[in-house]
Parts: sequence; C-alpha cells; structure tokens
Amino acid sequence: MAIDETGTRARVRDGRGDRDQERARRREAAERSERIRRFFIHAGLILFGLVMLYPLLWMLASSFKPTEAIFRDPGLWPGADFTAGNYGDGWTALEYPFHHYVINSLIVVGASVVGNLIGCSMAAYAFARLEFFGKKLFFAVMLMTIMLPVHVVIVPQYILFANLGWINTFLPLIVPKLLATDGFFIFLMVQFIRGLPRDLDEAARIDGCGHVRIFWRIIMPLSLPALATTAIFTFIWTWNDFFAQLIFLTSPDMYTVPVALRTFVDSTTQTSWGPLLAMSVVALGPVFGFFLAGQRYLVRGIATTGIK
Amino acid sequence: MTAVLNNRPAAGADRGGAGGTGGGPRLPRPGREAAARRRRESLTAYGFLAPWFLGLGLITIGPIIASLYFSFTDYSLIGGADWVGLENYRRMLDDPRLHQSLAVTFKYVFISVPLQLAMALALAMVLDRGVRGLPLYRSVYYLPSLLGGSVAVAILWRRIFGANGLINQILESAGGLFGLSPSLPGWVSDPEYALGTLIILNVWTFGAPMVIFLAGLRQIPRMYYEAAQVDGAGPARRFWSVTVPLLTPIIFFNLVLQMINAFQTFTQAFVVSGGTGGPSDSTLFYTLYLYQEGFGSFNMGYASAMAWLLLMIIGGFTAVNFLASKYWVFYGD
Repeated sequence: MAIDETGTRARVRDGRGDRDQERARRREAAERSERIRRFFIHAGLILFGLVMLYPLLWMLASSFKPTEAIFRDPGLWPGADFTAGNYGDGWTALEYPFHHYVINSLIVVGASVVGNLIGCSMAAYAFARLEFFGKKLFFAVMLMTIMLPVHVVIVPQYILFANLGWINTFLPLIVPKLLATDGFFIFLMVQFIRGLPRDLDEAARIDGCGHVRIFWRIIMPLSLPALATTAIFTFIWTWNDFFAQLIFLTSPDMYTVPVALRTFVDSTTQTSWGPLLAMSVVALGPVFGFFLAGQRYLVRGIATTGIK
Repeated sequence: MTAVLNNRPAAGADRGGAGGTGGGPRLPRPGREAAARRRRESLTAYGFLAPWFLGLGLITIGPIIASLYFSFTDYSLIGGADWVGLENYRRMLDDPRLHQSLAVTFKYVFISVPLQLAMALALAMVLDRGVRGLPLYRSVYYLPSLLGGSVAVAILWRRIFGANGLINQILESAGGLFGLSPSLPGWVSDPEYALGTLIILNVWTFGAPMVIFLAGLRQIPRMYYEAAQVDGAGPARRFWSVTVPLLTPIIFFNLVLQMINAFQTFTQAFVVSGGTGGPSDSTLFYTLYLYQEGFGSFNMGYASAMAWLLLMIIGGFTAVNFLASKYWVFYGD
C-alpha cells in the first residue's frame, strides 16, 4: 500500500519531471531559434547599412587617395596610397580659398537660423495661443505654403529682388527666413506649443504678464526642444540648399559652398577628382556633425511633422 | 457670430473669476469690456504675425500673382514686360523640350517614389519588431535623407556611376571572377541609364519616410496582431489585413509628400548633367528646364508660364491624392 503509494507518487513526480524537462527543452529550442532569427536579422540590417553607407565611406576614403588610385581601386583602405594632398589642392583650386566659401555659407546659414527662430516662433505663438479674426483661414493658408514649390515663385522673386538691388547679396536668402516663409517650422512649433499646459500662461496673466512677456519668458524657454529642431533643420537645409543660392549669388566672391562646388565640378577634368571629392567631404562635414549632435531632435521633428 | 464672440469671453471671465478668488485682479467683466479684450488680443495676434503677413504678401502670394501676370508677357528683365496674351502657353504646346522635361519628371516620380516608399515600409516593419539597437539602425538609414539633396552627394553619384567609376570597378572585378569582361556603359553619360542613376539616388533617401512609418507602426495596438494570430492569420495575412489598413493614413501622407518632393528635383540633375539636362535631355527635369529658360535665357515670361503649369500639376496631383484617399485611406471609426 505504502509502497504503492510512494511508487505512484514517484511515477507522478517522474511524469511531472518529464513534462518539465520537455517544456524546458522546447523553451530552449524556441530561444535558440529566436536567437538565430535575431542573428540573421541583425546580420541583414548591418549588411544593408554598409551597402547604404558604402558610397559615403568610399568618398571619404577616396578623398585621401591620389586621383589615379581612385580610378583603380574600389576598396576603402587607402593603404600605401594614403595622401592628404587632395585637401590642400582642393582648398586652393578655385578663385578664392575654400574657407572663403565656407564663411559665406556660415553667414547665410547663421542668419537663416536666427531668422527662422524669430519669425516662425512669433507666428506659431499667435496660431497656438491667441484668438483672432481669420485664424482658421490663415492657418490653412500657412499649411498650403508648406506644399508650395519654390520654383513657382522664384521668377517674380528674382524680379523683385533685382529691383531692390539685392541680387548678388545674401539678403534674398536671409530676409524671407526672417519673414517666416518656412511654414513647416511654424507648423512644427504650433504643434509643440499646443502641447504645453495652458495653466502656466494663465498664472502669468494673473500676475499681470502681457502676451509679449508670456511669449518670451514662458513659451520660448519651454519650447527649447522645438527651437532646437528648427535650428538644426534650418542649418542642414540651408547649408545644402543649392537652387536659391545658385540663382541669387552671381559673383565668385559671394559664392557659398554648394555653388563653389558646382563651379569646381564644371571645371574638373579627369585629373582633379581627388581634390573635388575632398572638398565634397568638407561640404558634408558640418551636416554630418549636426546630424550626430542633434539626432534626437531630428527624429522627433520628422516623426511629428513628417518632412524630409 | 456675435453669440460666439460674446460667449467665449464670458466663459473666460468666469474662469478668471474662479481662479482669481485669491484676490487677483480678474473679476467677471461686463460683455463690452470682454469684447474690447478680444479686440486687443486680435491686435496682439496680428502683431505677432506681422513678419509672417509681410512674407506671405511679398515673398509668397505677391509673386504667385505676379508670375500669373508675367506668364502672359514677354519679359527679359531689360525694359518692360510686353503683353503677348496666351502666346507662352501656345508655345508650350509645341515645345519638344518641355514635353521631354515632363516625360522625364513623370517617369522619375512614378518609378522612384513607389520604390522609395516600399523600401521605407519594409525596413520600418523589420525595425518595428523590437530589434535591439533600433536608434543606431534608424540613424544610419536616415543619414542619406539628410545628405541626398546636396551638391556634394550629386558629385559623388556622378563619380560612382561614371565610366570608370565605383560601380563599374566592382562589376568588372565581379565579372573577372567568372572570366567575363563585360563592356559596361558610363551610366551617367548614357541616355539610356542616366535617369536610372537619379532614381537610385532618390530611393537611397528612403530614411525620412521610414522614420515616419516607424512612428505610425508604433500606433498600431499589439492586441490586433494577437487577435489576428489567434484567428489563424499568417504573417502575410496580418500584414495585408492589419498593418496596411491601419497604416493607410501614414502611407498617404508619405505618398503626397514624397511626390511633391520628387516633382521639385533639381540639384541632382543639375550637377550630374553639368546643368544641361543631358545626355540628350535624358535628365532634363522640369525644374531644370525652368531654370534654363528663366535664368539661362532670361525668358521670364515663359518661365512664369512654366511655373504656373508646375503649380497646376502639383496642385492637381495633391487634389487627386486627397480625393482618391477617400477610397483607400482608413482613418478608424
């Protein structure tokens, strides 16, 4: 009886043990296949990332190779061919040394960033916090201007700026930013300001603050993330912008980096590709730097408003 | 309207009164004072909007109207604009380069945007499954979107797809492994392939729509997938019956944006072709031709007419997209 009982118990225990073991084995197998699956996903993603980045890495590598090696060797490692001479040659290849164009670009970009921050945040405050006649209509108009291609307005803009004597100055590139013509950033900031609690405004108003002070003392400090996104995007887009700079800047001493690069590429023969690629690397450097520094803001910016 | 105007300030005053019981200056006000306050608020708002209004008038709407006027004139910046009626538009009808530029642009838009979005969605789906290191992958894939429109990358493309460029070097050594020595074209200098290289460039910048897709995928409740799985739906079925319908607003948004962007492509074509739109006009994008007419030949009248045609095309496409969206975009209920 007792033996029987213990026997059954033992059998039961054994059965349970089998089942547990079976389950554990299955779990282990599942985990292993999951690990393998994950390994292949990562391998695929990394390989794909390398293919995506290869052109950029190749450009960086080629900028350190003599031109004839660029045409010979598709690899990334310059090895014995290594030379930094392309940078020196490229720097002085054009009418002005390359830093002349970099400074011009920085002037345009810096002023554009300041202009967008001021102009767009003011407009955004009005749309997000104030009630006024025609608000819905103006907001709709603002959204439509985001979609408007610059090519549609460039001809009359050119005529206008020509009449003002602004051609071949930085003004046609900067003044529109101060006048908040980049609706995208207004939209971005409106979305952000709408998310801020209104209690703060109310409290400030009870304390006797006017709108100017609420805007400047409360909304602006709280909107720093949106302002950072605006500043970074403005920097990158203006730095890369070619069309407007090509049209409005006509003499080499006013050229910005993209326009200078374009004259470089037009005058390039088979022999000067090394210096040309070196200067292209220089041109992409600041964008890459801002990308590294501001990824968080960039990703949030596109995710909430969705433009390149 | 007056009811609305009177109601809101009254509500505001109530709130002010309730909040200000601690002795604040805000007490319930009579209607007239509230109306005055509203007027003041409007004025303040217009003050904040002053730069924007100025920009809208001078930089945006003014030029749109002006370009409509110039499109009916012959104007070369020197002297006045001569009214020529519909002449510019008539010239468009039998301008072979204009037709070529439209063909190039449409081909580019209709091939590159779907490819780019498919790539973006595919990668977003893979990354959405809780892959470790997501921020890193996302950044790597997003980087080309930031750089893709620059002159430097266009130069790079011209070099990579050149006659003795990177692509041909790789293909040659790959062919060499099998004892082949294929005669390879200079991709950017061959009218057959030049546009293709620019399409690849646009597909390469799939990162921006991918980030938007990722944000959209996050919004789909896991529950739906679990329910579908319990009901026996496989991965393909779950994709088509759960992911796609719930993602349609995002797909639509990306489609409109990327199409508008693609219609405006300029820099890449300009740099790769050296400003000509060559070889034999195979990369003569619409915007490039507009630039040549307006700022190469200073036919401001004709360029204005072209600008209006572009506005019509983009407006038309956006409208069609929005109308069609009623039939396939699912906004939930």
